[in-house]
Amino acid sequence: MTAAPFSWIRPERHGIHILPADAWVDPARPVPRALVTHGHADHARGGHGQTIATPATLAIMALRYQTRAGAVAAEYGEAVSIGAGVTATFLPAGHVLGSAQILLEHAGERVIITGDYKRAPDPTCAPFEVTPCDIFITEATFGLPVFAHPPIQGEIAKLLNYLDNEPESCVLVGAYALGKAQRVIAELRASGHHDTIWLHGAMEAMCRLYEEHGVALGDLRLVSDAPSKEALRGHIVIAPPSALHDRWSRRLPDPVTAMASGWMRVRARARQRGVELPLVISDHADWNELTATIAEVNPQETWITHGREEALLRWCQLNQRRARALALVGYEDEDD
Amino acid sequence: MEQFAALLDALAFTTSRNRKLALIADYLRHAPDPDRGWALAGLTGGLDFPAVKASTIRKLMSERVDPVLWALSRDFVGDTAETASLLWPEPEDRVPQEALSLAQVVATLAALTRATAPQELAALFDRLDARGRFALIKLATGAMRVGVSARLAKTAFAQAFGVALEAVEEYWHALAPPYAALFDWARGAAPALDLAHVPRFRPFMLAHPLEQGEVDLADYAAEWKWDGIRVQLVRAGGQTRVYSRSGDDISLSFPELRDGLPFDVVLDGELLVRGSAQGGAAGGAAHFNALQQRLGRKRVSARMLREYPAFVRLYDVLLLEGEDLREAPWKSRRATLEALMPRLPASRFDLSMLVEAENFAALAAIRDAARDAAIEGLMLKHRMSPYVAGRKAGLWFKWKRDPLLIDCVLMYAQRGSGKRSSFYSDYTFGCWAGDPDAGGELLPVGKAYSGFTDTELQQLDRFVRQHTLNRFGPVREVERKLVFEIAFDSVHASKRHKSGLAMRFPRIHRIRWDKPAHEADRVDALRALIKD
Repeated sequence: MTAAPFSWIRPERHGIHILPADAWVDPARPVPRALVTHGHADHARGGHGQTIATPATLAIMALRYQTRAGAVAAEYGEAVSIGAGVTATFLPAGHVLGSAQILLEHAGERVIITGDYKRAPDPTCAPFEVTPCDIFITEATFGLPVFAHPPIQGEIAKLLNYLDNEPESCVLVGAYALGKAQRVIAELRASGHHDTIWLHGAMEAMCRLYEEHGVALGDLRLVSDAPSKEALRGHIVIAPPSALHDRWSRRLPDPVTAMASGWMRVRARARQRGVELPLVISDHADWNELTATIAEVNPQETWITHGREEALLRWCQLNQRRARALALVGYEDEDD
Repeated sequence: MEQFAALLDALAFTTSRNRKLALIADYLRHAPDPDRGWALAGLTGGLDFPAVKASTIRKLMSERVDPVLWALSRDFVGDTAETASLLWPEPEDRVPQEALSLAQVVATLAALTRATAPQELAALFDRLDARGRFALIKLATGAMRVGVSARLAKTAFAQAFGVALEAVEEYWHALAPPYAALFDWARGAAPALDLAHVPRFRPFMLAHPLEQGEVDLADYAAEWKWDGIRVQLVRAGGQTRVYSRSGDDISLSFPELRDGLPFDVVLDGELLVRGSAQGGAAGGAAHFNALQQRLGRKRVSARMLREYPAFVRLYDVLLLEGEDLREAPWKSRRATLEALMPRLPASRFDLSMLVEAENFAALAAIRDAARDAAIEGLMLKHRMSPYVAGRKAGLWFKWKRDPLLIDCVLMYAQRGSGKRSSFYSDYTFGCWAGDPDAGGELLPVGKAYSGFTDTELQQLDRFVRQHTLNRFGPVREVERKLVFEIAFDSVHASKRHKSGLAMRFPRIHRIRWDKPAHEADRVDALRALIKD
């Protein structure tokens, strides 16, 4: 008896289900066995019986959700048998520390689930590896042709120029606590900015974890440890986006609000969040990266998990590529 | 152009009024002539390039971008100019050319015809980056929307050169872009201008809403608040101008008023179109809809003039034959105005009646009974009030009628534009046609975009996303379970809508998270409120 092609993998509402192994990729609710692409909250959730992920992702999950029991580490490139003839291989995705695409192989069929990914260089994580497959299951967070993320150096220069021109100001940068914050810090260091960078308390543990994984971030201190409000003038403060307009920010001396996000490409998005200095910095693939990656991987079929799937679907159609959009729930993309 | 584009960009991300003023003032001080004059004209809405329309830009894009990808992008971004600026395919082998000046761009735009526009615009786009293209499109199509009013730009000008805002306002309407004379005067390079014979705009006197309490009718006179547009008519130096509330010159749209003033005067009144909906059949005015046919036209056909004849219902007189009456009390200006009426052509002008009542309670009864027309309510003016610019406490009040209310059910939601792009902020709601418990269905009766707070907008957006039944492009159909209490001014029979009803100025009065949908109102209840 031969099963229909790819009938062993099924997108369901709460995640991608690998039927023979009864395992799920990035499930939105607790399951007996989960494969997790990376540590962001909408992909990595606590409460699974068994969690298979890269060591760095497991470390992040241990920090965030106290996920320890049932953790199974999979190194990049190591083929892990998950039973019933299914092998899973975690490959670098270039999104954040530990992020992976998951290559699933069964009965000679190859499926890749990208999780979130980007192609732009990032000193805090391993770069995306293009790997051939039959079905390519991609994200589409920035799947609209208006999204073209500029090189990060230019955006970092914008931030540093601002500080040069307004040396008395305090620049408050909103950045997602896992990945974005550390990348921004690392790029600031690479641009020669060696001043103390001040952190919101929610950033501290993750920055330490990055440093333990070999990502040097320089002199970091907590805003709550600042000797005075005035000591923060002329400095960069990094906080999670939710803290930008929170009471917390009142302890800063007349801060100018910046935000590092791919959404900052669109004026209205920046204005809605009260951002005065938008920095177009994203850990996701932009439109050109998404379409170029599909062309490069050149799968038989492309499945699109979350984001602006209609536009990417249209592009596939215009380029004679088989594609379908999966209606998965629970993935949020607002915090990039 | 680079400097101007950077200014627009910086303005877009600044919410502080003082910071905006500083940015514009800094630009006006340092940008070269005549660029800064053109920039000032752009910011104050003083430029018009008839050959470039939003449709010109859309057409240009449709030749380069797949229509589906364009529509999805436009829907997400919420602004045509920004979408086009981001999607324009930049030439890969761009040779660096001399930077474009704003004056060059303005000259190119002014020389465009419908036929040359696409090619010339494309050439300009190729020479600019996304920010420059955005500024160019905003400039060319005239709708800046960078959160800067004409008034703010003039204030910034006054601040930049340390001159009085009142003086800038006085000169403004006498001068044309790029305002060389204004810059010369402000820099001290030229003496003050003599404007006695220039038909220029004076800022309007405005009213505060009367929230509660009452006024003594011995001190206040009452007038209807007519539902047209407030205008100022100015004749000086043999020329007549019609200005809108914002000080825009709308004379071209109303040629019949241009020839109606036989002497030098400045009048304040309500622009209306003849009809029977407001103030009875004889000498009455039509619905606001009729007036809308006449607004925003550069050329007016003979048919328009015949079918929608405009006239002005006069409220006040500011200047008369060289004499400034603005300091005089309202009652003496009113007497002057009444005495003036026989000298004005009755076909173009009439007098706004005073509403007499014994006391405030009687006036309230008159106000509430006046549902017949699209009268918005009453104006209460202090009999001793001088005519002063803006809203001054205690002098004039607007006393609007209480709105009508009806409970409707949310049916469809659409993403908003501008500040609200990406939020589902435009709502279509319906009332029940028949008993909802016996299979009655909802019929759409209106749309609302306002009346909720930012927090409520987020809650509504979340509701829409979580209760979507179907998507039709940018529109989502939602589960019929959320009740809105809708406030509106009036309702009319209309063939345009399936329900046969059209509401005037519907807005969300309250979100009834608690109310079950089947308890919302029936279409019949809404129809019963028609008073046409």
